[in-house]
Amino acid sequence: MTKVTMTVNGKTVSAEAEGRTLLSSFLREGLGLTGTHVGCDTSQCGACVVHVDGKAVKSCTVFAQDVAGATVKTIEGMANADGSLGVIQQAFQDHHGLQCGFCTPGMVMSSAALLAENPKPSEHDVRHYLEGNICRCTGYHNIVKAVLAASGQDVAAVAAE
Amino acid sequence: MPKDYGIGASSKRREDVRFLTGLGHYTDDHVVAGQTFAVFVRSNVAHGRIVSIDTAAAAAMPGVLAVFTGEDFKDVGGNPAGWLINSRNGEPMREPKRPVLAHGKVRHVGDAYAAVVAETYAQAKDAAQSIADATEIEELPAIIDMAQALADSTNRVHDEIPDNQCYDWGWIEDNRAAVDAAFKSAPHVTTLELVNNRLVPNAMEPRASIGEYFPGTGDYKLTTTSQNPHLTRLLVAAFVLGIPENKLTVVAPDVGGGFGSKIYHYGEEALVLAAAKKLKRAVKWTAERSESFLSDAHGRDHVTKIELACEKDGTFIAFRTETMANVGAYLSNFATVTPTFLHGTLMAGPYKVPHVYVNVKTVFTNTAPVDAYRGAGRPEATYSLERVIDIAARELGLDPFEVRRKNFITPDMFPYTTPVGLQYDIGNYQDTLAKAIELGDVAGFESRRAASAAKGKLRGLGLSTWIEACGIAPSNLVGILGARVGLYDAATVRVNATGNISVMVGAHSHGQGHETVFAQVVAEQLGVPESSIEIVHGDTSKIPFGMGSYGSRSLAVCGSAMTKAVDKIIAKGKKIAAHMLEAAEGDIVFADGKFSVTGTDKAKTFGEIAFSAYVPHNYPLETLEPGLEETAFYDPANFTYPAGAYLCEVEVDADTGKVDVCRFTCADDFGNVMNPMIVEGQVHGGVAQGIGQALLEMTSYDDNGQLLSGSYMDYAMPRSDDVPMFVVDHSCNTPCTHNPLGVKGCGEAGAIGSPPAVVNAVIDALQRGGHKNVTHIDMPLTPSRVWSAMNA
Amino acid sequence: MHNFDFVKPQSIADAVAALSSDGAQALSGGQTLLPTMKQRLAAPTVLVSLTGIPEMRGVCLGDDGLAIGAATPHAVVAAEARQYYPALADLAGGIGDPAVRNRGTIGGSLANNDPAACYPSAVLASGATIVTNRRKIAADDYFQGMFTTALEEGEIITGVTFPVPQKAAYVKFNQPASRFALTGVFVAKYAGGVRVAVTGASNNGVFRWHDAEAALSANFAGSAVAGLTVDPADMIGDLHGTAAYRANLVKVLTKRAVDAAH
Repeated sequence: MTKVTMTVNGKTVSAEAEGRTLLSSFLREGLGLTGTHVGCDTSQCGACVVHVDGKAVKSCTVFAQDVAGATVKTIEGMANADGSLGVIQQAFQDHHGLQCGFCTPGMVMSSAALLAENPKPSEHDVRHYLEGNICRCTGYHNIVKAVLAASGQDVAAVAAE
Repeated sequence: MPKDYGIGASSKRREDVRFLTGLGHYTDDHVVAGQTFAVFVRSNVAHGRIVSIDTAAAAAMPGVLAVFTGEDFKDVGGNPAGWLINSRNGEPMREPKRPVLAHGKVRHVGDAYAAVVAETYAQAKDAAQSIADATEIEELPAIIDMAQALADSTNRVHDEIPDNQCYDWGWIEDNRAAVDAAFKSAPHVTTLELVNNRLVPNAMEPRASIGEYFPGTGDYKLTTTSQNPHLTRLLVAAFVLGIPENKLTVVAPDVGGGFGSKIYHYGEEALVLAAAKKLKRAVKWTAERSESFLSDAHGRDHVTKIELACEKDGTFIAFRTETMANVGAYLSNFATVTPTFLHGTLMAGPYKVPHVYVNVKTVFTNTAPVDAYRGAGRPEATYSLERVIDIAARELGLDPFEVRRKNFITPDMFPYTTPVGLQYDIGNYQDTLAKAIELGDVAGFESRRAASAAKGKLRGLGLSTWIEACGIAPSNLVGILGARVGLYDAATVRVNATGNISVMVGAHSHGQGHETVFAQVVAEQLGVPESSIEIVHGDTSKIPFGMGSYGSRSLAVCGSAMTKAVDKIIAKGKKIAAHMLEAAEGDIVFADGKFSVTGTDKAKTFGEIAFSAYVPHNYPLETLEPGLEETAFYDPANFTYPAGAYLCEVEVDADTGKVDVCRFTCADDFGNVMNPMIVEGQVHGGVAQGIGQALLEMTSYDDNGQLLSGSYMDYAMPRSDDVPMFVVDHSCNTPCTHNPLGVKGCGEAGAIGSPPAVVNAVIDALQRGGHKNVTHIDMPLTPSRVWSAMNA
Repeated sequence: MHNFDFVKPQSIADAVAALSSDGAQALSGGQTLLPTMKQRLAAPTVLVSLTGIPEMRGVCLGDDGLAIGAATPHAVVAAEARQYYPALADLAGGIGDPAVRNRGTIGGSLANNDPAACYPSAVLASGATIVTNRRKIAADDYFQGMFTTALEEGEIITGVTFPVPQKAAYVKFNQPASRFALTGVFVAKYAGGVRVAVTGASNNGVFRWHDAEAALSANFAGSAVAGLTVDPADMIGDLHGTAAYRANLVKVLTKRAVDAAH
């Protein structure tokens, strides 16, 4: 076991990790941040996406020791300072961009990374960017709407084709 | 103005706040003091005789607390089938024991034959590997192909079942002679052989279970990923482990999707309970996704021949089908009803066809068990019907829209009894079809097709007009048909002294949004704010005995129970108000959250009545009990019959065979709609799953029974860029005639109506593109399959 | 997965030293290696992360072409190579998904040489040079069949140098589940001729389609490959596509790559 320290959601935190401890396990079991979910074992589903040094990564496919010292942001760090929902979170609620909620943390984190890179994405941009986040409930329709709404665009204009 | 409160409002979902902030609490998120970890050892061969399992080395490994094999459970019960189906000859189905852990034989890749419990997950995993290495299994030939399984009685999944057949079911057997006669004299017969592809449900939360045992009281607790905690409690307690039901609490907390796969009781749940008792510590198991692929109940997997007899003008005379349905290696809880009563009874569709006969042979194979998956039997029926109708229309040179319209049951014919045993209470199939044609801009199709052609793409338009039976089910009826459970539901409404309300429901929400919608319904009935109502679900120690959520039944059945319970609250409130207002009970009216004496301005608010119920000073106790809490059970009088029309437009890249879904339009009749936002979301999700089945999702076993598509590397899930924005409408509604809310159910519709619309569109595109020899391609229509069909 | 000791050296020399111990294995972005380790198909006793070595990261144009550090993530290549070699940036920007691209590296991809990976096609079509801690290896010598390369025990890729073509394009047809290349074709036009490399299709891993190269060197137009055929006998057949289908894709995608070359 090695003591691993990193900055998570603005706080410096430490926990023990083996070589094989994944960042997702480190967050969930080491730090009790169970908002980050694990939905597969092949780095495909994206439920585990968090930000490491500002970039979206699949936390189930990164060793905790490999990101020692990094700055990590998880779903638990996405609300406003007063505890109210952040812009993307609020848009997901407003547009029913989630159902069972299991893929939602990864979906929100990927969406935040998209909007940081591309503040006014097209529908195509959103769909392409979120291809690494699988949702089984929503058919993506309302997720796409939510992300477009979070970017300040008029979602009523989004129609088929 | 759309409503902003109560029934019909698109109230935002209250549960979203916790899901969006990482505060959802799914099973694996629970940390129980002293918890230990279970890992299962699963067969890597499809069929084999267990020669020996040496667990000694594993038992001695660091952190290992206990090791279990099938031997430990050979004297407890098996996981039962929930429905007895009789064969055409009257014999009951063959029903092999499904043990907690495989004993004697392993019967599919992923069949668990041992389990390890250790202090850490990693230690359990290491020990499980050690057991796998120390196990000898004599491999037997795998039984994968259904036709071969039925034909070869020397090779058996279960030694006691010679032809690997569970049953040979006819529906309705008395129809058979008339149907056969109708085919003999029919002017036109269209025949189609098709495969309804096996699907892996893939709820995004893998299954997980935590067993706890409390030695001081002898109580057990199971926290598990379930769609119906009471059913799980009944199965694991009464049938498998022999625990008195009152000593077992089952909690299904936040559950990350189900789609059917979490209806069933699985052996892992029994194991963690038994292990917890043995160790006097909590035992947690969480599936890895690759385990889910191997061990969750799969869906569909039918091979069907369907024939349509009709007049030259397209008037239907008869449908006849022969189906082989795969149940896999063991009978999952609803495996026997899914291909029979949930499938054969829908084989008349929304059509006034006089003759229908359905035959289903259900087959054991060395594959994962197959059970109900979103739609469950009804997608299989719809796909068969809507494909063969399209082909018949093409053969006869008729418009496929017109053929359907001509054969629809008309609104004046309800209630309508079909030749396959259902009585449709109400519907209007003409309206939903017209609405789909309007919203899907069928008039503009030709110009869109020309635009596609200019880009070198083949464009096609596909239609499906579907019906389903939801709101399962009248217990009297299903009892006659072999169900071993009742299918009512229950709700308790507890008005607290300060006027806020707890509603304990038997339905379970794993994405459907009950916490919001059920509160809307109660708020409307009682005239109180939605925010004063809390919906409690998923914990058998809190809720009345209900049957959970599946089959689009939550509102139609549990919602009806809840409405009945609220009616009782109002009735009790009137008694209290009559006393308080010194009026006759018959003179009290309840409206807008107030009990008033008719014709006067004397009134008490709902809150005053509630308070008085719990502070019953000056109560006539001999005639009026304190308290304001009521429970109601509701057993439906009939199924509900949602129906609709779906239109799909695709572009096919002729060079690569790749299909893009460009437009998808749904016009549904769900009866009354409680929350349009949520209803639309349900349809979106169902349609995406249907597009997945039609184009992407292939569950492939090789001849040795190895699952080739056992991860997201090979099992193609619909992704965000595989689907378009959907057009969804539910404005055509004929309220259900026999439940208090007039609701029908919307959860499965999308997955039922969409696959044939997609396939019909692809075939249409190829036909219009000159590929006249391509009349059918089996799902999923992968680029390779489409290209191969075009270049055959 | 099995446990191991994790080390993260800061220099190539330290990495090479760490890799000399028994059971040591290099880890780059880990996007393939971690899932493999979860399945216990790889069980190193020491895992040596190469992502903390500054000299192995970055994109820069030099005299020999575009030099890319082996530990440079795909997302960085997609962004920083764009002005020099847009087709390569396009390829990098289409690997996996955004989160995978933020971790996965060019060196990791090339060392693994998955038969359906994208990068090998660019390296082979560009006639790039693989730079290791010991030597430089020409692309034509590097790829030796699926999951097999010229790398020796203890040898690590430190960078790749791409000669920049006049025109190039990569066209990928996704395997629908994994989003790897069911088939991908990279076409690069140089003053000395055209090179065409195909990934995803062959049982032997990435390969050069010499017939197309000859035809396109004579006439760089999509129509130039119309008369060519690809032998399905060498192609992969699996649940995602038959061998004949992949043979068709090779031709279709080559044409499209030529049409898209820029």
